[in-house]
Amino acid sequence: MASEIKEGTLDLINHLPILQVITPMLIAPILVVLNNKTLSWLLSFLGALACLFISVLLIQTVSDGSTLTYSLGGWAPPIGIEYRIDAANSILLFLISIISVIVLIFSYSSLHVEIPEEKHTLFYACFLLCLTGLLGVVATADIFNVFVFLEISSLSTYVLVAQGSYLDRRALSASFNYLIMGTIGATFFVIGIGYIYMATGSLNMMDIAERVSELGDSRTVQAGFAFIVVGMGLKLAMVPLHVWLPNAYTFAPTVVTCFLAATATKVALYVLIRFVFSVFNYEDSFVNELFFFLIMPLAIIAMIAASVIAIFKQNLKKMFAYSSLAQIGYMLLGLSLVSEKGLASSLVHMVNHGFTKAALFMSLGAFMLNTKNVYINSLQGLGRSMPFTSAAFVIGGLSLIGVPGTAGFISKWLLLEAALGSGYWLVAVLIIVSSLFAVIYIWKIIEVLYFSESSESYSEVNVLTLTPIWILSFFCIFLGINTSLTVEVANMAAEILFK
Amino acid sequence: MDINLDFIYGHLPYWLFIILMLSGLFIVVSRGNLIKKIVGLNIFQTSVFMFYISIGKITGGTAPILLDKSYSNSDVAYSNPLPHVLILTAIVVGIATTSLGLALIIKIREEYDTVEEDDIQKMDEKDLMTYNKKNVLEFKS
Repeated sequence: MASEIKEGTLDLINHLPILQVITPMLIAPILVVLNNKTLSWLLSFLGALACLFISVLLIQTVSDGSTLTYSLGGWAPPIGIEYRIDAANSILLFLISIISVIVLIFSYSSLHVEIPEEKHTLFYACFLLCLTGLLGVVATADIFNVFVFLEISSLSTYVLVAQGSYLDRRALSASFNYLIMGTIGATFFVIGIGYIYMATGSLNMMDIAERVSELGDSRTVQAGFAFIVVGMGLKLAMVPLHVWLPNAYTFAPTVVTCFLAATATKVALYVLIRFVFSVFNYEDSFVNELFFFLIMPLAIIAMIAASVIAIFKQNLKKMFAYSSLAQIGYMLLGLSLVSEKGLASSLVHMVNHGFTKAALFMSLGAFMLNTKNVYINSLQGLGRSMPFTSAAFVIGGLSLIGVPGTAGFISKWLLLEAALGSGYWLVAVLIIVSSLFAVIYIWKIIEVLYFSESSESYSEVNVLTLTPIWILSFFCIFLGINTSLTVEVANMAAEILFK
Repeated sequence: MDINLDFIYGHLPYWLFIILMLSGLFIVVSRGNLIKKIVGLNIFQTSVFMFYISIGKITGGTAPILLDKSYSNSDVAYSNPLPHVLILTAIVVGIATTSLGLALIIKIREEYDTVEEDDIQKMDEKDLMTYNKKNVLEFKS
């Protein structure tokens, strides 16, 4: 398929899909060569900013429903690797890029307490590789390329999580467990790709989609699909396969937790969505029944059980890690409705939850800069001594609950609408119940922050730390009022995927 | 029940692949020693490499080198080189994973002085009980 870019525009725009992915990849080795702490922060920040700029250009190009394709090395698909940008992945490219920019601003002030100075350069290099991997997974339309980028991002994630060992040695065992589970997930995914390749002889998503529909009822394709669902289930922390997530999020440095919570699981979920809708046919009974009999019950269990567990956690990072599991449940639920509305709500929730959870983890990080830990009883009275951080935290918390006027409300409302539209009123009730659990654990923290006496007085963190937190809080409200960016693009994306 | 031997012999590489894969997965799940876990993970991954290599092979197929430039000689069967190329990439990923896993084990041994999962878990629980002691509460200066 020819590129739909108009002739006469700047030539560089045709290369945007690849520039999006390789910009951070090219900067990463430069950092290691330069080996300068401040310079490497600056370069990674500029690189992330460039990624954000490119993703905004891409989202503008495809927001009219068109598709942008790029053949790597000039080899036309299906022989060559194809990068394919449409509404569905442009919105995720934007999410990943903007979160990386915001997180990098925060890292300037928080990293020096969490990671020894001599490791900063390598940390930023690893961070950029992780960014490359995540962007690559989303941009590519070649299924083996998905695996390669997934492993680039995962391998650097294991390293980033392990960096938490400077403060707490449990980061090492958390990272090791993540490595074992993540690798099993990735290997299952490769087996799935192998089965699909065996049956169709192609690796290009569009090409496979055609050939799969010609094959009809093929056991090989179905087995491949099963392997891919399990593999991605491990990567996106679908509920019985989630055990790596709470510890990895808890013991990783704040910067890493913010970045992972906002992007990594969403990217794996995107891969699942892409495979279900663009590679396989969602109308096939084996796909449909899987969603009804497996994914939907698991999503509901995640929503309820993880929220209940979160209430009882004293370590706030762990509390929000469990709350992330519940939120992944919402996204899977939207997907499992297999309706255009459900899918759109799932995509919107990916973006909204990305900003919300990043805001929460980042304000926790700011508290931690003062209190030196993230246990709930150490936050006593911080609402008075750290008013700006606490206010940002409250906004994030309200958005997590889904209070009207915040981003979380929009996506939960869409999800409720989609569930009722498909006739699952019981599911709709459970969504509200799960949100009420979120009220409990957010209220617990607000009570400690504002209604208890502090034993020690702390000063507010500096402006550079507050800026990224407030940018995220701003998005939590902005996306709850102005929905043109998220809802419209998500509706467009759902329409394209359901075509 | 009669067993279809032809079916078993005809799919011999797949049987071997499945046996190897399940042995690897079993080692990862059942062993508490972290190094043994990595070994199990390696066996698991290797089985997938073998699976990929076997799907590229055609009976009587030769190496995929184009001798006749006019493409007219259609009676020559070639083995498919693509799965082999793919698996070269996967092998690289596997090596990176193994080395990272082993590096983590070295760090774990430095910190915990053991590579047994059960012992590490016990120490982690102890850490949790004494969380307000120096290890978690205070940043190392």
